[in-house]
Amino acid sequence: MAKGKVTFNDDACKGCELCVTVCPKQIIKLNKEKINSKGYSPAHVINIEECIACGNCAIMCPDSVITVERL
Amino acid sequence: MTMVYEKSKGLTDVPFHYCPGCTHGVIHKLVAETLVELGVLEDAIGVAPVGCSVLAYKYFNCDMQEAAHGRAPAVATGIKRVHPENVVFTYQGDGDLASIGTAEIVHAAHRGEKFTTIFVNNAIYGMTGGQMAPTTLIGQKTTTSPLGRTVEHSGMPIRMSEMLATIDGAKFVERVSVDTPANIRKAKKAIKRAFECQIQGKGFAIVEVLSTCPTNWGYTPVKALGWLQENMIPYYPLGNFRDFEEDK
Repeated sequence: MAKGKVTFNDDACKGCELCVTVCPKQIIKLNKEKINSKGYSPAHVINIEECIACGNCAIMCPDSVITVERL
Repeated sequence: MTMVYEKSKGLTDVPFHYCPGCTHGVIHKLVAETLVELGVLEDAIGVAPVGCSVLAYKYFNCDMQEAAHGRAPAVATGIKRVHPENVVFTYQGDGDLASIGTAEIVHAAHRGEKFTTIFVNNAIYGMTGGQMAPTTLIGQKTTTSPLGRTVEHSGMPIRMSEMLATIDGAKFVERVSVDTPANIRKAKKAIKRAFECQIQGKGFAIVEVLSTCPTNWGYTPVKALGWLQENMIPYYPLGNFRDFEEDK
């Protein structure tokens, strides 16, 4: 059961991957199939079922792209 | 459903212009969150510097004033003395605070001006294209030290926090880093304490935040954090150098 809900403000993402490195479950990746209005591939969650809602990704994100809610 | 993390109300909706992975954004968030949590956002007046964060006045959701290069502490002094009831802070980089503005920050601390300074140290001049700063490490390559900084030519990198901690008027001095979520949480505690120092009228407070410059260092954002951990933290040790509780 997923414990968290993670939403990305895709157009604000610059694809820096800092969120990718701090996710303890390693479930964040850049979405290479998408390009946002800035020209970057935005980060997304590949398996939300494993999310523990720790908030590390959101704390690390320099551009306040990520919102995390605990279910 | 409980909110774990959302964008702070202390920031405007304007997207940051910073390069991908630049930790200026993280530090902006911490300052904004602190102002909201202390309930002083409405009373806050920030002073923006010259450097990469020159546009900080667009991002903080409080009153802001732009200052000439390095002169943010002088401007903040004026604002705080005219409006002592307001919470005044400066947000400055190392090219601004540790080079052209060294006199201003030293004397503001010496006078014990009751404002808070957020000092972002990324060991390089970012906005102007990666020149050597007073904080650039020995051996670090920049556009003006292409073979690496040498002691013979430029001296040792300046440690501002240690220097300011020797000044009686500086009542809170701490160096933090934003390289990991754990260190970001510690950095926020230090920033909160620095604002409490001002709110309680104790005196000058400064938090030095070690930051990355992926673009001018020439690394990816992730590798830049590694470079900070391996090279900056050993020379710029993290920790508290002065706390107002000690000076009763």
